[in-house]
Order: sequence, then C-alpha cells, then structure tokens
Amino acid sequence: MSTLRCTPLRDFHAAHGARLVDFAGWEMPVQYHSILEEHKAVRRAAGLFDVSHMGEVAIEGSAALAYLQRLLPNDIARLAPGGVLYSPMCHASGGTVDDLLVYRRGPDEFLLCMNAGNIAKDLAWLREQSAGFAVTLADRSDAYALLALQGPRALEILQPLTRSPLAQLRYYHFCEGTVAGTPCLISRTGYTGEDGFELYHAPDAAPRLAQTLLDAGTPHGMVLAGLGARDSLRLEAGYPLHGHELSDEISPLAAGLGWTVKFDKGIDFIGRAALQAEKLNGSPRRVIFFRTGDRRIVRHDTPVLGATGATVGQVLSGTLSPILNEAIGSALIDSAATNQPLTAEIRGTAIALHRVQPPFIPLKKSP
Amino acid sequence: MSHSDLPPELRYAKTHEWLNLATDGTATIGITKHAQDALGDITFVQLPRVGTVLKTGEVFGVVESVKSASDLYVPVAGTVLAVNEELELAPELVNRAPYDEGWMIRLAVADPAEATALMGAAAYAQSLP
Repeated sequence: MSTLRCTPLRDFHAAHGARLVDFAGWEMPVQYHSILEEHKAVRRAAGLFDVSHMGEVAIEGSAALAYLQRLLPNDIARLAPGGVLYSPMCHASGGTVDDLLVYRRGPDEFLLCMNAGNIAKDLAWLREQSAGFAVTLADRSDAYALLALQGPRALEILQPLTRSPLAQLRYYHFCEGTVAGTPCLISRTGYTGEDGFELYHAPDAAPRLAQTLLDAGTPHGMVLAGLGARDSLRLEAGYPLHGHELSDEISPLAAGLGWTVKFDKGIDFIGRAALQAEKLNGSPRRVIFFRTGDRRIVRHDTPVLGATGATVGQVLSGTLSPILNEAIGSALIDSAATNQPLTAEIRGTAIALHRVQPPFIPLKKSP
Repeated sequence: MSHSDLPPELRYAKTHEWLNLATDGTATIGITKHAQDALGDITFVQLPRVGTVLKTGEVFGVVESVKSASDLYVPVAGTVLAVNEELELAPELVNRAPYDEGWMIRLAVADPAEATALMGAAAYAQSLP
C-alpha cells in the first residue's frame, strides 16, 4: 500500500470509517458505511466526495484558445470566462484519449480537469500537441484538492459558508470566492446528475474545509460518500467513465456523445476526419445502456448475446441502481445487433438486457 | 476481532459461514458478520432448491455485493430443508442481521459430528486477520 498516492484527506477518511482501496494508484475511500445508502443520500439530500485525485492542468498564452480548438472536438470558442465545458479529447483515429472539463478563467487562461488515472498520459499528449502553439502548460494537480458537494440540498448547505451568490451561479459556470475562509474555485458541476458544487482549493486547507462542510451538511442529511456511490450515481445518470464507455477504441460518437463533437466549429480538430467518416458510415459498435428488472449485477466484460445466441458485444459497466432496485449497465454492441433482443448469462441464467435511453432516472441537472 | 462479537453457540468455518446445530440434527447456516462486512452492500443472494443434497464443502449458493460475487460453501454435508426466502427481496438482511434474519439455509445434517468438529467462536476469531 506504501506505493499508493494519498489525497490530503486520507486521515479524514480513515477517521470517518472509510474503506480505503487502490483506485488508479490512489488510496481512496470506496465507501464509508454503505454504497447503497450513500447513493440514496445524494439523491435525497446531499453527499460530500473527495475527488482530489483528479488532475488539473493550466493552459495559458496568446494561442491558448487556438490550441484547445485544435486539441478538443467541442467548441471552446463558445466558452466565456466563468464558463465550464465538457469535452472528449480524441486521437487522430477518433478514439478517446480522455474526457475532461475545460474552465475558462480569462481570454487566454484555461484550466483542464481530467481523470486521475490518465494524468501522465494526458500531459504527454497535451505537450506533444502543443508544438507550434504559443502556450504554456503547467501540471497543477498537486496544487488543488477537490471536494464535490452533490445533491438537492447542496445550495442551502454551501450558501451560508460563502459570500458568493450561489443562486446566481448557473450550471456549468464557476466563480472564485471563499468557502469558510478558504479561497476556492467554486464550480457548479458534478458527476451525479444532481445539483451541486465542486470546490477546488489548496490541499493544506482540505481537512478543515471538509470538516466544516460535514458539520454544515449533517443537519441537512448530507453524508460522506465514496467512489462506490460516485460510480453508481454517474451510471444512473448515464454519464460515461473513461476506460468504460469511452476509451482509446471508443469514440465519442460511438459513446452517444455526438453533442460534444462540433464538426461545424471551423477548426480541423484532432480526430475530425476520422469522426466525420464514422458519422457518415455509422459507428461499427455502439454504447448502449440497459436495465434488467433483476437484482443480479451484470458485470464489466460479461459477453452480450444477440438473437441467435452469438456474442455481439461486452458489458462496459454494471451496477445495481439503488433507486430503481434493479441491475443497470452499459455495453458495447455491434451496431448491426443493437435492435436485437440482447441477453447476458449470469451463472447459467439468461438475463434480458432491456435497452434504455439514459438517464435511468429524471435528472435535476445535465450539462 | 474479539470473539465476544461472535455468538458463542455457533460453529464457524474457515470460509466464513456459521452453523447453528439444533438438537434435532438440523442446522441453520449463514455467513459471519466479518464476511458480510468484507463484502459490503449485499445486493443478491442465490440459494439452492429445497431438497438439494450437498456434500461437505460444496457450493450451495452465491452472495453478490455491489463489488463482487462470491460462492457460499456448505461446511457440512446434508439435505436442504428450507431456504430464507426473505432474502430474495431483502438481501440487505445479511448485512443488517447476519446471525438472525440474515440466515440462508436450513439443513438436515448427514453427520452431526462434522458440525461439532467446526471451529468455536474463539478459534474463528483467532483465524481472522
């Protein structure tokens, strides 16, 4: 365990009964008391997540916008200072290097937030693609701790702790302010499908800020929530997780994220030609979402069978929806088979996979 | 774990099942508090049909949690007399009350000596990390 990296909240988690596991090389809380209860608390009231393992890269310079327009399929020019945009980052093949959030802090100043397991790979890719652009790239991952406060009560929990007028902060926007005396980048974003805030702040302030938020949130029904609940919440919301619904082999088009690929932005972004061809010809395989009406979880890598019993794909993510009380998941399926009745076998029992257009539950918020 | 947390009247298997042998030669079987805690939230329990004849150490079912699916091993040979049907709709009973409402199967034990040879609470407690 000694080779695992820790967030500044490692001892805070342990003191609050967390079960710590290896997640992408980080020692992270998978749960405190119960994944299912933490999940339900986020939908009902609120949950506080430590996601300090996420990576941050600052991109600055006169060509910062031009660079990001070339790098990313989404249209960064539409982003005004104070705005946040979700974008995949693609290979020339159209496959997905990673997916990330882009924060525009000024005309020539951006911050990217990326998946913890991809930081080194992303940085190498960002540097490789920056040749010829007047930009500076700085890995700021160690400069930020990140707490996510998510759930319908998030606003009323957070507002008394800050002078920033949170009701005026629109979804996918951010402001700079202080929370309980700690300078924070306050971002109205999240990965749960609920209203919520993500607070980027200095690591040494994290234990005090987390405790203050816990004390403020507990009377509202807020709980500490781990990565287990984070994963089931995002799947219920139909959000992709890189390495599952998006990967080097799965393009944003195949993943059903066509809205993030802006062919009409007038820039030859990386992956454009391949994605254009994929759009024209149709993706050979597609990500679909399913529910089963059964409590048995259909797990990652389980073969998916088509009408004739032949394998037509694999399960990408599977969990039990604590809200629907049935197994839900996603799978990568040969496009020719997406309209066939699909099944998966669990210990000799065929389980029907009923296609669902995500989200699985009505969302309060979506990007 | 101190063995004071473990019901002293039960017998225990290395594979973390408990067994309660009644005087009539039947035994109730479930999994220990330690086992349910290691599994986390239990989402599904698959149990055998009544009448199934099981050999010592045979898999009698599967317990699924959010993170994994694990086989259940019967610690003694016997015939299944009853299964806990409550678990079909409320598998979380195994988390909440592993020694009571979370029981799994009742067995007509083939050889009661096999049951008494299992670990007591103190020995099981010592076997835990």
